Amino acid sequence: MHIHKLEKLWLIIGFITLIAFLTTVGIQAFASDNHHGAPSDLTVVDPEKVHETEPFDDPGLHQIGENEYELVMVLESYGFTPNEIEIPQGATVHFKITSVDVVHGFEIAGTTVNMMATPGHVNSMTYTFEEKGSYLILCNEYCGTGHHYMSAELEVI
Amino acid sequence: MVNQLDSKLSLYHFYTAFIALLIGGSFGLLQTLVRSESITLPVELNYYQVLTAHGVLLALVFTTFFIFGFLYAGVSKTTGSFTNRRRKAAWIGYLLMTIGTITAVILILANQATVLYTFYAPLQAHPFFYIALALIIIGTYFASYALIAQYNGWRKENKGSKSPLFAFMTVATLVLWIIATVGVVLAVVLQFIPWSLGWSETINVALSRTLFWYFGHPLVYFWLLPAYMAWYIMVPKIIGGKIFSDSLARLAFLLFILFSIPVGFHHQLLEPGISEGWKFVQVILTFAVILPSLMTAFAMFATFEITGREKGATRLFGWVKKLPWKDVRFLAPFIGMLFFIPAGTGGIINASHQMNQVIHNTIWVTGHFHITIGATVILTFFGISYWIIPHLKGRVLTNRLNSLGIYQTVLWTVGMSIMSAAMHFSGLSGNPRRTQETSYSGHEVAASWGSYELAMAVGGTLLLFSIFLFIGIIINLAFFAPKGQEEFPIGESMREEKMPKLLENWKLWIGIAIVLILFAYTIPVIDIIQHSPPGSPGYKFW
Repeated sequence: MHIHKLEKLWLIIGFITLIAFLTTVGIQAFASDNHHGAPSDLTVVDPEKVHETEPFDDPGLHQIGENEYELVMVLESYGFTPNEIEIPQGATVHFKITSVDVVHGFEIAGTTVNMMATPGHVNSMTYTFEEKGSYLILCNEYCGTGHHYMSAELEVI
Repeated sequence: MVNQLDSKLSLYHFYTAFIALLIGGSFGLLQTLVRSESITLPVELNYYQVLTAHGVLLALVFTTFFIFGFLYAGVSKTTGSFTNRRRKAAWIGYLLMTIGTITAVILILANQATVLYTFYAPLQAHPFFYIALALIIIGTYFASYALIAQYNGWRKENKGSKSPLFAFMTVATLVLWIIATVGVVLAVVLQFIPWSLGWSETINVALSRTLFWYFGHPLVYFWLLPAYMAWYIMVPKIIGGKIFSDSLARLAFLLFILFSIPVGFHHQLLEPGISEGWKFVQVILTFAVILPSLMTAFAMFATFEITGREKGATRLFGWVKKLPWKDVRFLAPFIGMLFFIPAGTGGIINASHQMNQVIHNTIWVTGHFHITIGATVILTFFGISYWIIPHLKGRVLTNRLNSLGIYQTVLWTVGMSIMSAAMHFSGLSGNPRRTQETSYSGHEVAASWGSYELAMAVGGTLLLFSIFLFIGIIINLAFFAPKGQEEFPIGESMREEKMPKLLENWKLWIGIAIVLILFAYTIPVIDIIQHSPPGSPGYKFW
């Protein structure tokens, strides 16, 4: 099979670019200091017993260190519990979420906080809020005809 | 000429596809108008119902019918007319697909299946919605039998010669389709149907999503490969040139089979229950698909340049002027190719862990697939329609209809550019996809999204006008254009080279594909099943 020399060059450059991209993604996901991997919590929970299962029996903001919090949230059509949260500037928040019914999305618009909540699974990620302001938490997966009302507010003061 | 009976078969598929395009496209405009708060829907029809219909009719129905119409015509043209038995199988396939489509659409309009076209569990539609989807897929298996048997028949009669490129690529596309649909068939037959009928109380959500996306990503390549067939085989002939390399074209298609299937996890990057390591393995395989894409890009532009130079072009970019810009059969697919540059780049962004974090489930993603399937693929399909419909009907594409086709193409290009740019940009600031309205009680973060949504409605309006114009031209081409013989453009290879035998050794390629799939999926799927939480009952939140 004849491959034109320019095509060989083109494919080699493409291949090197590919390796460079994958290395960047891989290093950031697995080897960088602040973990930038995809939220992939493997914890399971009975979706019909969420309200009785720790930590979701006590949803809300819990301080766990100096300016460090765990935020436990329960998602259901069409709301977040809790739905108004206040945290101090610079706080590091460990989000822990699950759904009691259908699939939901958990997104804080304008940040990199974004993950899926599927029933039966706990999902989690960590984010540090450096800037003050009012943040919008919204559901970004269709969850029924009231989906567009599903939101919450996070105030960084 | 394509055999009369095969023409009829092919035309029925095209007409069904165009009806789906018209209805699905109209629903698309409705969505942009509701989302930008320009209109309110009557209570009988909710936004998510319209969205479900739009997705099913365009992503599943329009594409599938168009593609099989195209494959039948091309295979009949290049390997000879279908035997009666194979043609019969093809018609059974058509009937099953049509019955499935009509059933699904009725249920959606009756508000029994407002689950969107991805039908994620545990939202639970009417059982007949899932049965309808199964019928559509079973129909495609009859169709695949007809086409693959035709190819095998040709090879038996022409031992030792290499198969026509069109037939080879058809088989590659169908191999991809058959391997991919195994996932969704398993999910629908073993999970959704028994669960929606009440035979099983709960469903394993993570497993159903994994099976869906095992199918969902190769599905986009099932749309793309027929467009690539037109690029590789038809476009060179239309511009008066030749196919750059027959063997490399075949190799590219085989690589697409290998690298478009074991990659579904890149749609599930933000999902719990799948370990990070396996997600990354599939990200690597996803990136590998860049190689055949680069091969395709090279082959296209090499053909353009060589053809231009043969026509006397000089200087570095002189050949650009020699391309037939005023021929819609070239212009439409060419603009489609240009769209693939940002579309492919967007795809790399979506598949990268960290960048995906910013855009996942935002309307950026909607923008992305509107410039892949909604521009690259559909513009190529428009281009194909403009010669294939008159060819099959024994009519010709007149100058006037050609000019109208150019207007239609430009209208689509402008409309899609406006709409998808607005989607991409507002997605970057978090504007979610699949959402009826995004005011969020006037929250400041959401304030900027309204003007983008207005732009989407403007783009959507142009797109629907473009569809109207397209349908008008097609009706003319099918029933009113002057009788004559429109060319069925099949390109020839630039060099007569011997094709490596390996390329047509399907057992080998299918074997490698299966090994890659088993490697990428076995352990994580076992994990999902072994560590599965109690299942979910069905919910009807509409």
